[in-house]
Amino acid sequence: MSTDTRTALPTPTPDAGSLHGERRLSRAVLAGIYLAGVALGAALSALTGFSVTSTVVYGVVLGTLALYVACRAVEGRRKAADRLVTALVTTAFAIAMIPLVSLVYTVLDKGLARLDGDFFNQSMFRVVGEGGGAYHAILGTLIITALATVISVPIGLMTAIYLVEYATGRLKKAITFFVDVMTGIPSIVAGLFAFALFTLFFGNSVRLGVMGAVALSVLMIPVVVRSCEEVLKLVPNELREASYALGVPKWRTVVKVVLPTAVAGLGTGVTLAVARVVGETAPLLVTVGLITGTNLNPFDGRMATLPVFAFYQLTQPGTDTQAYLDRAWTAALLLIILVMALNVVARLISRFFAPKTGR
Amino acid sequence: MAKRIEVSDLNIYYGNFLAVEGVNVSIEPRSITALIGPSGCGKSTFLRSLNRMHEVLPGARVEGKVVMDGQDLYAADVDPVNVRRQIGMVFQRPNPFPTMSIYDNVIAGNRLNNNKMKKSEADDLVEKSLRGANLWNEVKDRLDRPGSGLSGGQQQRLCIARAIAVEPDVLLMDEPCSALDPISTLAIEDLMTELKERFTIVIVTHNMQQAARVSESTGFFNLNGVGQPGRLIEFNPTEKIFSNPDEKATEDYISGRFG
Repeated sequence: MSTDTRTALPTPTPDAGSLHGERRLSRAVLAGIYLAGVALGAALSALTGFSVTSTVVYGVVLGTLALYVACRAVEGRRKAADRLVTALVTTAFAIAMIPLVSLVYTVLDKGLARLDGDFFNQSMFRVVGEGGGAYHAILGTLIITALATVISVPIGLMTAIYLVEYATGRLKKAITFFVDVMTGIPSIVAGLFAFALFTLFFGNSVRLGVMGAVALSVLMIPVVVRSCEEVLKLVPNELREASYALGVPKWRTVVKVVLPTAVAGLGTGVTLAVARVVGETAPLLVTVGLITGTNLNPFDGRMATLPVFAFYQLTQPGTDTQAYLDRAWTAALLLIILVMALNVVARLISRFFAPKTGR
Repeated sequence: MAKRIEVSDLNIYYGNFLAVEGVNVSIEPRSITALIGPSGCGKSTFLRSLNRMHEVLPGARVEGKVVMDGQDLYAADVDPVNVRRQIGMVFQRPNPFPTMSIYDNVIAGNRLNNNKMKKSEADDLVEKSLRGANLWNEVKDRLDRPGSGLSGGQQQRLCIARAIAVEPDVLLMDEPCSALDPISTLAIEDLMTELKERFTIVIVTHNMQQAARVSESTGFFNLNGVGQPGRLIEFNPTEKIFSNPDEKATEDYISGRFG
């Protein structure tokens, strides 16, 4: 089957049993047919009063139809069905990509304006209108997320170890079930839980960074447990047996054989769990609140965090509305960059810590 | 320090299922004892019960006595971890630790148990064990490379080196050559013949020629049918088993007239 054929192969009607001589349309021809359909759609759209949306919708529908009909006529039914489904799947993919591309474009477009030195160096302390930055919110997000990680990783990892290495029977099923339930907890509920917990001890109007960390850990622990559990299950049982057979006790086998073997996956899982909670807004809104100045002590009073910062800049702009909106977009952009950076870190971890074969 | 193992009235269970029934056997020190029999007859299970690896599986348990040097391995005050330090094991599939270098794999038994060793002692132990496993000349220039980079046969010898580095009294081998080519198999068989000067070796094998080549005594396991427990049908010197066995079932199995 030559692929460089520009047009349909000039073969006479093929024999029924022949493998050769099947008529094929080249890519260029297919693209031409599709574009013709799109152009027809544009024309139809112009007739009914031109708009971009109707042009695209008519164009895609007519283009796909044109492709199908042309293939059906030239290449036969089976090939035409293949082309039709390919076109449908590609269209579905394109539709799925629209929000993502649009989101990234919008955030970049509106957020880049304030992505300057000031944004990283200044807080909102005594800033009204233009200027100011998210120095306090950036550090607040980093501190609270780090604290949440410090709380969640030991609990989550040890739960996973317990589930994989030790638990049997009913207790194991119960824990797995509750971890699954926890995965589905709405984030505001986690926030209210932390709020209620700390209110019990410190009275009604308490706002602390550590409250936010606790709320985030409630969301993070089940994610850590599930991902670590899957990774630990992947460690071959033969390695555990090899270790036992050397007279190594079980706990030492877990610490020195199972965990090092799984470390790449564990690191990836934890990093992705961090990425999952770093942009949470609701629980931080009710537990940590917001301040304009810089507070780096999570055990003393309100702190600023990027999501909450963005929320308030957007919902309660001052007199110079545009300056507030710009800051909100830049905070959103920073969050996206942060999550992307965490994903990259996760990939790097899994690459560098993976067991080496060394051939 | 090779030691004798006396097994009496051993029943081995998986949960409620009786897998092996009523084994009585005496395993001689400084010799190779081979266990043969069809698949599923319980020879691997029996082997694993000798160093208490059987009970690692959930629900698995053992009744009866396994006595090594006058000490019942299944007595209440015996720690299975200590049993496994004295009775080493080599598995069917080579399983070096993927996170460790060749060097670390050999001394894994010591390192993992936190035995502090001087660098020179560790070096000596690694060389001695690798020489003991006939692997030293092949890997001496790349001890810091990962063990998983070796060939299958080399990996299996690495596992043997790892097992003998903790100086056990007995070495159990569960089909150590079934994943290897004939040349690697030959290397391992030669190694076993050398190792029996120092260790008591018990080997499970599906390869009857292998049993005939390397072992002094052979035990034949069999079972009457699916769901029935496996039994030790006959235990005799290898020559007798392969030339003039006491039991009809043994003769049928060895001559290929089985079932």
